[in-house]
Amino acid sequence: MISQVFILSSQGDHLIYKDFRGEAGSDVVNLFYEKVTALTGDQPPVVMRHKDVHFVHVRQGGLYWVATTTADTSPFTIIEFLNRLTALVKDYCGSLSERSVQMNFALIYELLDEVVDYGYIQTTSSDILKNFIQTEAVSSKPFSLFDLSNVGLFGAETQQSKVAPSSAATRPIQSSRDQGGKSEIFVDVIERMLVVIGSNTSLLSLSCSHPSEMRIGLNEEFSIGKSQLRGYGAAVRVDECSFHQAVRLDEFDSLRILRLCPSQGEQTVMQYQLSDDLPSAPPFRLFPTIERDNGGRLLMYMKLRCDLPPKRSVLDPTRLQSFSSELNLSQELSSPDQSAELQPQSRAVVWKIPRFPGGTQLSALFKLEVPGFSSASMLEVGPVSLSFELPKITATGLQIRFLRLSPFQPGPAQRWVRYVTHSDSYTIRI
Amino acid sequence: MPYIGSEDTVRDLRRVLSNPNVQSDQLRYRNTILKVIRAMSQGVDVSGLFSEMVKACATVDIVQKKLVYVFLCSYATLNPELSLLVINTLRKDCQDPNPMVRSLALRNMTNLRLPSLVEYVEQPLTAGLRDRAACVRRVAVLGWAKLHNLQTNSEIDAAVVNELYSLLRDPDPVVMVNCLRALEEILREEGGVAINKPITHHLLNRLKECDIWGQCEVLRILQRYRPQSEDELFNILSLLDVSLISPHPPVMAATLSLFLSLCSGLPAVGLAALERVRGPLLAACGNTSREMQFTALCHIQLLLRSLPGLMGEHYKRFFCGYAEPAYIKQRKIEVLVELVNDDNVAILLDELRGYCTDVNISTAHAAISAIGRIGRSYSDKCLEILTELLGLKQEHITSAVVQTMRDLVWVCPQCSRTVCSAVEGCEAEIQDSQGRHALLWLLGVYGEQVSSVPYTLEVFIDGVRSEASVGVKMELLTATVRLFLCRPAETQDMLGRLLHYCIEEETNMCVSDQALLYYRLLHCGIEETRKVLQCRRSDPSLGVLIGRPAEPINQWSYIFNTLEPLRPGAIETDDALTASVSAPLSLSLSPALSPEEFEDLWLQQQCPTIFRCSPQSLQAAMQLVNIQTLAFTPPHTLPWRVYLYTNTQNKHSADTCHGTLILGELLVKKNTAEKGIKVTLKQQPRDEKALKGFLSVLTTVLHALSSE
Repeated sequence: MISQVFILSSQGDHLIYKDFRGEAGSDVVNLFYEKVTALTGDQPPVVMRHKDVHFVHVRQGGLYWVATTTADTSPFTIIEFLNRLTALVKDYCGSLSERSVQMNFALIYELLDEVVDYGYIQTTSSDILKNFIQTEAVSSKPFSLFDLSNVGLFGAETQQSKVAPSSAATRPIQSSRDQGGKSEIFVDVIERMLVVIGSNTSLLSLSCSHPSEMRIGLNEEFSIGKSQLRGYGAAVRVDECSFHQAVRLDEFDSLRILRLCPSQGEQTVMQYQLSDDLPSAPPFRLFPTIERDNGGRLLMYMKLRCDLPPKRSVLDPTRLQSFSSELNLSQELSSPDQSAELQPQSRAVVWKIPRFPGGTQLSALFKLEVPGFSSASMLEVGPVSLSFELPKITATGLQIRFLRLSPFQPGPAQRWVRYVTHSDSYTIRI
Repeated sequence: MPYIGSEDTVRDLRRVLSNPNVQSDQLRYRNTILKVIRAMSQGVDVSGLFSEMVKACATVDIVQKKLVYVFLCSYATLNPELSLLVINTLRKDCQDPNPMVRSLALRNMTNLRLPSLVEYVEQPLTAGLRDRAACVRRVAVLGWAKLHNLQTNSEIDAAVVNELYSLLRDPDPVVMVNCLRALEEILREEGGVAINKPITHHLLNRLKECDIWGQCEVLRILQRYRPQSEDELFNILSLLDVSLISPHPPVMAATLSLFLSLCSGLPAVGLAALERVRGPLLAACGNTSREMQFTALCHIQLLLRSLPGLMGEHYKRFFCGYAEPAYIKQRKIEVLVELVNDDNVAILLDELRGYCTDVNISTAHAAISAIGRIGRSYSDKCLEILTELLGLKQEHITSAVVQTMRDLVWVCPQCSRTVCSAVEGCEAEIQDSQGRHALLWLLGVYGEQVSSVPYTLEVFIDGVRSEASVGVKMELLTATVRLFLCRPAETQDMLGRLLHYCIEEETNMCVSDQALLYYRLLHCGIEETRKVLQCRRSDPSLGVLIGRPAEPINQWSYIFNTLEPLRPGAIETDDALTASVSAPLSLSLSPALSPEEFEDLWLQQQCPTIFRCSPQSLQAAMQLVNIQTLAFTPPHTLPWRVYLYTNTQNKHSADTCHGTLILGELLVKKNTAEKGIKVTLKQQPRDEKALKGFLSVLTTVLHALSSE
């Protein structure tokens, strides 16, 4: 049972406030913000209490999404609800930010009114909700040069038009109503790597603007669980796999085909996990050398190698951090477009690499002046964490073989498939 | 937060709202109302616009209607008289051919929360229950609950309750679930909606039609049901098995909750259910949402209390990611401590050592004390890491390490030698009172083992005037008196000074009373003081070495799937609470072992020498042959006992892995004339051959040890 729902910006501005049961006053909003700001650090606990009021909050898009409730409520339900609410707002408003929430507050009030009645969750299915929601979304589209580059000279087809911009899927689902029935389907295969020793969680998500039945084919060699015999060749194996409830699996066992009738908006079709051994080598390898020079300085020589096939470049800036407590930093990097800085707050050296083509190797030498340096301080150096985004690559090797729509589809549909591997936590011990 | 110039804003808005030109232009009218709502959600008091907004309510534009209703519901309680004007429009809307308009009107009519309007609302609500459109029925059903809560002391209308009960058979699943919710609120005094056999079976059959929120609600309400026979119970359980492994965490948790309440009399079934949810819970730990991960972690901690081995092989899933927030890291560290076993201890300690230098200080402290907890069973490796951390000479790390070492020594006195040599000379780095408190305790208790103690204490005593913490002063007193008992010559002078200061100048009553107490005690003579201060610990009994004993599920099942496990420190406080309560309960479980006793099977000639080796070497030797020593009395106490257990595995039968559990007690009574060890064994299930084998292994180990 949810008593109130409110959305706060990170500065504490009230964006949305809705009281469902009239049991507590609206002063709880300020109370919540006081509690959050009173804590040191930027990570308040998920559940906080003030007398009989329990605050459960979720942070998404830089905003606090808070529900107040009683002690005996299921935290799984409340948190799942708040997450679902953020997903709905994202579907309806296009993106999730303070600005988009502010611009679409009427829409969000309308959504909340339909989703929750008297503190009880009624429905969160976007299929049902779209019949009730009347307000049009106001989308905040930042001007981007990339959109211009899509227009070919004299209307000619350019290579660019075969690639959708990465923000293509983030737009309000309702605006597609007046685009003359042109339907688009975006399938994202997103893998998140959690590497210390090596485990991996991923999800296959789908965002769709016009519902129709479709079939997604996965690799034929796809297998689940460890017990199954592994043949020769590059079989794709995951440990655990769960599907969205709308997915029909009658062809999955024999042909590895998922059949589903997606609703508008974004949904996670399949979630899979793989622990321990990755089928491919980890994408980055680091060869660190750490020593003291006779001036009492700490020398860190880092050699970073990207083991991806050549031509595949890593788009996102790679950041590399290592912990240590020191004061002065001087550096020698292998290329001028990289940069490195010392962050005294987190006691880390951050090395930013804007572009890192596959099959190459980069190196950096950091010299750190540490007051009161002793041999024990060497223990404090490390670990090194990398954050990156690898486009067009999945660590497990999962591929979408095909994406077929049912033959009764009214119009032609645009289909986009995207593969991304994120680093959730890629840590290398020194 | 009132905005500057909020009165101007309201005045401007009123002017625009009452402008007939704006009223005739739908778009401008709607935009003005939008501005009102925006001001409202920013905290501006716009209640003065109530009458203008009431007028704006009469429109065909649904978007505008919805916006006005948001406004009216927020301010209706401030303007009960004006609200009467709205009710006419709302009642007219309830007749609208569009079901969306009907449901909207009905919902907002009940959301106004005005007791004076009840008489106008009842008739449309009754009609709403029989509406053709499901969305109107959904609203009407909950409307009755709202109405009831507005006038709680009035009579419950039996006709309405009957109508709601019959709507449990409504074709729309949301209407059904809303009926449950409404009845639950209306009949709260009578203990909620009646859950009898037909209703239960009806709800279970329709569970699949509901979405996840409906399923959770139904499963929660069904917790009150008690099946009439065992057959019925198992039918229900097998029906629910699908939802137990649901990919949606809320459904999984609600189902497990129901399982546990249904099987409260069948612990074995409950444990099997816990095994079954391992997969979904682990998946929830890998959820994209951090908050969901945290919730799953907190509940895994609960499960581990009853099934310590549940996550053993999945320990890598609880390694902390670099960018994870502190609250997740700390829970993960707590879980990791529970998962330690002989196979993974090296990897786990290596991982935990990495967290000790975390930037977040509280995470670093959590990691250090986790190493201390593991040290109760693997003391050598952990002490090595802790000593290494002292070398970093970081203020907060040193303080946390010293506190951890104190706690470790209290449980495992055999570590004292290593600890004493480690803490020597680290007093300079410790600044906080907690750390100094711990250091003083260590120095006082083990004063004879550390040569530099008098000098350290002297520095503390010289600085006692500027000492702010009462706890540190008290500990300083105790430590100095203790040291005086074993090293009088070096300590006498400073003890005198300290007592003088504390009795004559100290303003805190606790400290000066404590000083007086010691002063008078010393007057009674050294022997008396020694008896009081160095007397054996009141509780020289066994310290349990490995983990906690598995608790029965009903110790925690009542807080499962509530907010309780997510509260900081929930697990610890709960322990202290249940420890006193749980004793009779845990005893009642032990007969389930159906023990077989073998007493005096051990003959003294088998082990001729007295068995006097250190506990660590015994533990190490036993571990080599896969016997786990669980607990022992401190050395040099008589009778000296060791408790151990092992599992025998029958390797001959390939298909199934039958094992028997052997529990043992070694008892050394030196005083008895025949010097020897008495071994008591309990076994389950009975297996004569395995027992013989175990005895021969044990004999070999003990012989090897005693010959050293």
